[in-house]
Parts: sequence; C-alpha cells; structure tokens
Amino acid sequence: MGMPRRRIASARLVLWALVLAGVAAAIVRYVSGLGAVTNLSDRFPWGLWIGFDVMSGVALAAGGFTIAATVYVFKLERYHVLLRPAVLTGFLGYLLVIAALFIDLGRPWNIWHPLVMWNPHSVMFEVAWCVMLYTAVLALEFGQVVLQRVRLWNVLRITRLALPPLVVAGVLLSTLHQSSLGSLFLIVPGKLHPLWYTPMLPIFFFVSAVAVGLAMVTAEATLSSRAFHHQLNTPLFTDLGRAGAVVLSVYLALRIADLVVRGVWGLLFSGSLESVMYLLELGLGVVLPLALFTVPAVARTIQGVAAAAWLVVGGVVMNRLNVAVTGMLASSGARYVPAWGEMLITASIVSGGILAYIYAVEHLPVFGPEPAPGVPREVVRSASHSVGVTGHLVQGADTAPPP
Amino acid sequence: MTLTRRHLLKLAAASSLGVTVVGPRRVAAGAAPGTAAMAVLVDVAQCIGCRLCEGACKAYHGLPAGEVTDLSPTAFTYVRFRKISKPLDHVNLGHAGANRRSYKVQCWNCVEPACASACPVAALRKTPAGPVIYDPYRCIGCRYCQLACPFQIPRFEWNRSLPVITKCNMCAERLAKNREPVCVSVCPVHALQFGPRERILAEAAARIADTPGRYVPAIYGVDEVGGTSWVYVSDVPFDELGFPVVVREALPAYTWRALGKIPGAVVALGATLTAVEAIVRRRVELNGKAGGH
Repeated sequence: MGMPRRRIASARLVLWALVLAGVAAAIVRYVSGLGAVTNLSDRFPWGLWIGFDVMSGVALAAGGFTIAATVYVFKLERYHVLLRPAVLTGFLGYLLVIAALFIDLGRPWNIWHPLVMWNPHSVMFEVAWCVMLYTAVLALEFGQVVLQRVRLWNVLRITRLALPPLVVAGVLLSTLHQSSLGSLFLIVPGKLHPLWYTPMLPIFFFVSAVAVGLAMVTAEATLSSRAFHHQLNTPLFTDLGRAGAVVLSVYLALRIADLVVRGVWGLLFSGSLESVMYLLELGLGVVLPLALFTVPAVARTIQGVAAAAWLVVGGVVMNRLNVAVTGMLASSGARYVPAWGEMLITASIVSGGILAYIYAVEHLPVFGPEPAPGVPREVVRSASHSVGVTGHLVQGADTAPPP
Repeated sequence: MTLTRRHLLKLAAASSLGVTVVGPRRVAAGAAPGTAAMAVLVDVAQCIGCRLCEGACKAYHGLPAGEVTDLSPTAFTYVRFRKISKPLDHVNLGHAGANRRSYKVQCWNCVEPACASACPVAALRKTPAGPVIYDPYRCIGCRYCQLACPFQIPRFEWNRSLPVITKCNMCAERLAKNREPVCVSVCPVHALQFGPRERILAEAAARIADTPGRYVPAIYGVDEVGGTSWVYVSDVPFDELGFPVVVREALPAYTWRALGKIPGAVVALGATLTAVEAIVRRRVELNGKAGGH
C-alpha cells in the first residue's frame, strides 16, 4: 500500500505544479487578452482549446451517459459497478469543459447569456443549453454518491426514484450536443477539408462519442485499478470491448461509405497532410482497436482491452482535432501551431481534472458496491465480488449504510 | 457567379424600369421605399485606388487614421491592390493603370449571414435595411462568427482584456437617416453606388450589358452564399482578383438541415428510451418474481 500512496503523492505534486502554472498563464490571458498566450488569429479563431479541451473533452465524458443508459434504461445490472466512476468522469469532464470555456471565450463574464438571449438558429446556442442542462443532470446523478457519503438515506431513497427519467433526459441531452458539436462545422462547407466536411458530421460525432464513452470507462478503470490497487473483473471489460467493437464497426462502415458516396475517397492517397492525418485517425483510432477488440486472445486480457480502449480514445481526440484544426488549416491561409500558453493551460485543466478525480475517489464511495439503503454492509460487500471491482474498496467502511 | 443569358436579360429588364424612374446611372440614395433592403455596387473597373473610402470610414467611425493593408479592429474597410497577369488598360487611368486593379474590401453584409445564424446570443443580426449589425453587450466572445464567415471578415481584439468583434456595419446609423454609407458618399468615380438591392443588381447588369466586352459577364454577390449586400462587377476575372469561390446556397440552410431535425429526434428518442426502460423493468420484475418462488 505504501508504494502507490507515495507514487500518487509525487504525481500530485507534479499535477499541482501544472495547475498553478496554468493559473499563471490564465492570469496573463485575462490581463493582456487571448493574443498574449495563444497563436490564434482572425483567420484561425479556434485552436487547441476548442479542438481538445472542449470538443474532445465532451466526447471523452460520454461514458457517463452510455453507462447510465446501459444500467438504468437497459437494466444490465452487471455494469452497475462501472456507473459511478463513469458518472464521476463525465461530471468532471463537463466541469473541465466549462473551465476551458471560461479561458477560451473572449467575453467569459457573459457566459450565461445564452440562457436569456436566444438564437434558436445557432448550433452553438443549442450546445450551450445542452451542456448546461446535462451538467446539471450529471450533478444530480453524482449527487447520489454524495448523499451516500453524508448518509442521508431517506433523501437517497426518494431521489433514486427520479433516476430513470433523469437518465433518459441525460441520454437525450447527450445525443443532442454530442452530435451538435459536429453540426457546428456544417456551416463551413467551403472551409473544412472535404475529407471531413460531410452532412454526416453530427452522426459521426454521436457514434464516435458512444464508442469513446465505453472506451474511457475501460481506460479509466485500468488506470485507477493500478493507482488504487483494485482487481478488475476482466470478463466485464471484454464484454464492454465487444460492445465497443460493434459501435466501432458501425462507425467505420459509415465513415468509409461517406467517403465513397461523396466521391472523395481518392483524396486519401494524395499524400497531403490531411490525407495522412485522416488515415492515421481511422487506422490507429478505429481499425486497429476494432481488430484488438475482436481477436479473442487479446480481448480476453485486461491489457488487450485497455490498449484497444486507449487507441479509441486517441482516435476520437485525433478526429476532433482534425475537424477543428487540421481540416481548417488549408482554407484559412493562416498558420497555426498551438502556443506554449495554450498547451500549458490545456495541461493545467487536465491536471486539475485528475486531481479532482483522485480527491473524489479518496473521499467518496465511487468504487465498490452501491448499497441499497437498509441492506446490511456484509451482503453488499460480498455481492461486489461477483460484479466488477473487488478487493480493496476505497473508504467503503464509513460510507456503508447503518445496519 | 457566371450570369446566364436569361439571368442577364431579366436583370436588364429590371434596369430599364429603373431607367424610366431615376435615369441610367443614378440610383438616388435614400430613394428607396421604406423597408427595401439596400445594397452597394463596387465597380472594380472604375476604382482608381484613391482610398478616400478608407479614410472616410475611419473618420466617420472614429478610428485612428492611416493606410492599412488588411481589416482590423481599427479598419472596417481597406482598398486591396492586385497585380494582374494580362495587362488591361484601366477605364479611368488608361495605360498607366493597366497592370493592376484595386477594390474596396469590407463586410459583405450577406442577405442570409452565416455569422448571424451562428451567433448563439444573436449579438450579430441582419436588419431589414440590409446591414448586419453587432451588439457587443450580448457577445460572449466565442468567435463562432469568425469561423462561420465565408469571407474571413469579422475581426477580434486579440490583445485586449475586454475584447469585442468588429466589422463594417454598412453605416447602419446613416442608413437609418436615409443616407448612404459614408464610403459611397466620398467616392470620386463611379466605383461605389448605393440603392435598393434589386436596383443595384439591375444597375450592375446594365453596366455589363452597356459596354460589351469590357466586363466579365458576372456579378459577384448575386447568389454567392445566397446573395450579399455588397456586389461587385469587374473587367478582370474575380478569381484573379482573389475573390473566394464560395457555395451558391445560403449557409444557414446547411445548419438548419440538421437543427430542424432535432425536435422530431428528441420526441422519437425520448419515447423509445422510456418505452424500453418500462419494458425491461417489467421483464426484470417478472423474472424476479419467478426467481423468488
């Protein structure tokens, strides 16, 4: 136990240093303007922060709604053990996206304006509303964990009844804004490179969000199992990988069909920067993990599914960056490489997210059984062995319900 | 961009109507009936590159004086100079001006502006009179307008802590008083002309038709991105002048095709999920009962 504790402690120091450095850069940004810390320009107004912090951030937070739907709508109870970490990741993810928006928006003090100043013709307006509402939904879903921690059993029992409709609302909101992040680029037919510009953008963004939502659950579980020393129930993640493979197959088929139907597949072999990035995105981020998920010898090992999951995560991040940055470069006539300030603030936001995750896991019953109020602790604990996470249950003792 | 014969005839017919009312080359400023959308014709063949429009714009909008080579938060317009590959005598400058052309660049104040459609808080808005205007009070600084604009027009104050978006507003304040944009009022040649958009298009077609062979047979802005409030005619092909090739359809429609499907999708998906939840719950309950016995 001593080893990982010390490792987490030293990692924490590094993360805090990054957070503080990012805060310093953010101060420069607020005092001197976006130009002082970014390489953005009038011809290239969106860069790393929109492509990674916002668009990839929202996609990577999709585990919250995919697992919530799996558990509460489709009632696949064996995945219940994954729900809390997924909802936590989703909730933190959205908070980080909002934090990034406070940095990226030129006039962040007006961030609330979409609430009262409406333009229903704007995709951005719809995204703003969905992100606000879904963050509220995630807060309520995660509120269950907090209620359990503070032992408000009656409130917990009552609010639990509201979960299925809340989850349905969350799935709806997620479907809308995950796809709408793709719709944002429908208005630039002459600007976004034809390999990525397609009326299918909203569909692609949604399907890839589902795939990466599932992948993030696996990626995150393998990471935290190492950090916090739990055992993982490998068959559960093998099955999750199988589900991911189905989604990836649909995604890959649609992406290829899209290139063929639009008659632009020839551009893949032009050797341009765009063609290379497109092939990398699809090859490393979709085809390779699909293969790993479907080869039984690989998919039955936790290392195998973890590798595949990380590839999916990388592939979706690449896709969002390709749409927001790579594909927009040629038409802009501008040059853009993220400035140090942009990278530092991005690293700082990610670090803040990891620190918040560690804190939540250490202080809240995120892992382990979710006790139904009134169920004796021993029953809950033994039940957990048959599901996903076993072994050391973080802070389980003081959060279990009274006998 | 290229005018069909039918198109040109139609516009010429409209122009002859204009002729009977106001004369061939003078579409009077402010002569428009109340709510007609106004437009400006820029004649690249006529422009002598004197930059009076640039200076008048800066003076009227209280911007620092001085010649510029690009739009910026302190320049809502500028005169762009382009060398041309095949020298062609200039209408006003003759042989001396054969090697280059100049033309005024500013916000096109599109008929269906992508920026206004993109703006989440309606800080950018198309007015019935023609101008696309900006309200900094509403703006959240997301810069989606910059991304959406097919002409790379909106400028952002990158080096200010309290930044705003800037662009030509077609002198909306002057239009409200039945006056033409200030740049039009100072143009010493026939390079800028202001009037109701219908008549401006007719005037453009008339200029092309009246001097056969001088102009390229095209009006840039008739149906570019669904039409613009600033339209151009030229004696040098537009691509050579650096005009962007843009789609014919208004850009907001591209978004709306997806956004318009949302209400239906929400209802369908919401109903499906609720039904699935209810069915699966019932099944789980039944299984539970069966297992309990």
